[in-house]
Amino acid sequence: MLAVKSGKQVEFSPAAMDRAREIISRYPDGKQKSALLPLLHLVQDEFGNWLSVDSMDYIARLLHIQPIEVYEVATFYSMYNMQPVGRFLLEICHTGPCEIRGAEELISTLQNKLLIKVGETSADGMFTLKRVECLAACGYAPMLQCGMHYHEFLDSEEKIDRLLNDLRSKATQNN
Amino acid sequence: MSKKILLDKINIEGIKSFDVYRANGGYASVEKALKMAPNDVIEEVKKSGLRGRGGAGFPTGMKWSFLDKKSGRPKYLVCNADESEPGTFKDRYLMEFIPHLLIEGMIVSSFALEANLSFIYVRGEFRWIIKILEQAIAEAKRAGFLGKNILGTGYDLELVVQTGAGAYICGEETALLESLEGKRGLPRIKPPFPAVVGLYGMPTVVNNVESIAVVPWIVLNSGEEYAKVGTAKSAGTKLISACGNINKPGVYEIELGLPVEEFIFSEEYCGGIANGKRMKAVVAGGSSVPILPTELILKTAAGENRLMSYESLSDGGFATGTMLGSGGFIVYDEDQCIVRNTWNFARFYHHESCGQCSPCREGTGWMERILHSIENGHGKMSDIDLLWDVQRKIEGNTICPLGDAAAWPVASAIRHFREEFEWHVMEPKECMNRNYGLREKSIMSIA
Ligand SMILES: Cc1cc2nc3c(=O)[nH]c(=O)nc-3n(C[C@H](O)[C@H](O)[C@H](O)COP(=O)(O)O)c2cc1C
Ligand code: SF4
Ligand code: FES
Repeated sequence: MLAVKSGKQVEFSPAAMDRAREIISRYPDGKQKSALLPLLHLVQDEFGNWLSVDSMDYIARLLHIQPIEVYEVATFYSMYNMQPVGRFLLEICHTGPCEIRGAEELISTLQNKLLIKVGETSADGMFTLKRVECLAACGYAPMLQCGMHYHEFLDSEEKIDRLLNDLRSKATQNN
Repeated sequence: MSKKILLDKINIEGIKSFDVYRANGGYASVEKALKMAPNDVIEEVKKSGLRGRGGAGFPTGMKWSFLDKKSGRPKYLVCNADESEPGTFKDRYLMEFIPHLLIEGMIVSSFALEANLSFIYVRGEFRWIIKILEQAIAEAKRAGFLGKNILGTGYDLELVVQTGAGAYICGEETALLESLEGKRGLPRIKPPFPAVVGLYGMPTVVNNVESIAVVPWIVLNSGEEYAKVGTAKSAGTKLISACGNINKPGVYEIELGLPVEEFIFSEEYCGGIANGKRMKAVVAGGSSVPILPTELILKTAAGENRLMSYESLSDGGFATGTMLGSGGFIVYDEDQCIVRNTWNFARFYHHESCGQCSPCREGTGWMERILHSIENGHGKMSDIDLLWDVQRKIEGNTICPLGDAAAWPVASAIRHFREEFEWHVMEPKECMNRNYGLREKSIMSIA
């Protein structure tokens, strides 16, 4: 499922470029390819939480490697999104320990509230739902990840409503 | 209260910061170790009897002594903070709440291994933990415990936090090294072992977070003192992350040798089964180890109390025992469906298989599909034998242990809960409404 062209010119801001240079400088001489995973995260942080072909090509040029070396890595790891996603990507853990504490109930509640299925983005572009494997929060299930944060013990409708409302108001504050 | 080695300071206000950590005796092991010869530090760790806390339980000191120091090539220490084994969430706890303990351990361990550049490979989802670690490293550097000429001893060390990106297989040490080199996480064929050909082709040690975090204590108190804690074959304490249908899920430090029953039912630890239910089964060391029914997790086949230790949990082999593994302790109550849980795990391993070896790539897919069909009431009796057959063909026939890790949960579920699979086949509708896990006898013989 290789990626979509964004059609936009991809270039790091000066601040992101400083960060990229700092990352690249961490490794021994000649081993700069080690920076690939961290740089792809930086791209997602800077350009809407997904990887377009253009942005992967940009990273290939930055690291002096072939574009295919970037594509094969990007498609191997589950945190890289090969398609555009909503403002908030809700990644729900559905592995065993979470399942026995209500992961499927959390998923169906979210689907019903947002009127979308897993893999889809809500009509307002606000939320995308994704199933993920164990996030090392098994004792605090059911749970999901959204960006920097883990949201744990989501075992009631009130808690889920509160989370969605918090995220919505965060979006309006930032605009 | 049992002995605390890793978590004794975790509740001190502000222990996350360098100053508070230092004021409470932090970094003393660096001051001590840097006056020793590196190989003497390795000797202490050998004497401690410490076994790797990442899952395999390999003796840490022995692993360190295999590191090729003679060739004079650069050496690397890589800390495995990938923490992706289902049921396991202990390393996260240490890194989040007492990050300097890991940094201190990394400095002392790197010195022992004569490494001047070391890495902490953290799973990419732990975004806030990556920030915490980077800040702790910056603080330690400012105080002269990292960088050039540490404490004026002439020893140089840089510490880099590397970010993963979502792949269970990158917890396997050679896949982790591939990932750290900027590639897909495909496990390497061993030998050569990382101690000879590791990161960038150089001698490398890979250790779990908890293994490294305990090194400062060993250096300060001696290997002999550490060996006195726990049992003869399982020295020290272990972090256990407990989850599932218990009253008090969380991370606990136990002295190895604690009775399993006490761990599950005492108020100090799990606090018993939630909602007044009965216990049905336990996965004691992360999803990869065999599941055991209540009677076998509490008592060995010989009728002795089962203890939380490497040797007691594995007593009886896989016929009646399991493994301590990563310390991911999952408890199932009487309402849980073993078939469904086994299907869930099979799906996990199928999703996470890197695809290099056909027994694992194809076999995990077969297991997922057969289990899915049994779970949904479309199974045949012969499917249970087919499932047994498929897992047998994976075990031992793959490049890395993920194949075994996928086979064991399936094998143990059939071994101990075969009648539940049979009920799913014979009375699928009933089965979805009722629990057959507590039935006494199997209807069909075991393959
Ligand atoms: C599929 C797979 C996943 C693993 N995941 C982890 C992990 O998340 N963390 C870890 O420390 N070890 C993990 N291991 C074990 C490592 O390969 C390695 O044995 C360990 O990091 C060595 O450290 P230790 O000796 O300190 O335990 C995994 C192994 C396999 C086969
Ligand atoms: S056993 Fe599975 S995960 Fe391990 S190398 Fe083979 S295919 Fe990859
Ligand atoms: S199973 Fe969901 S966080 Fe581990």
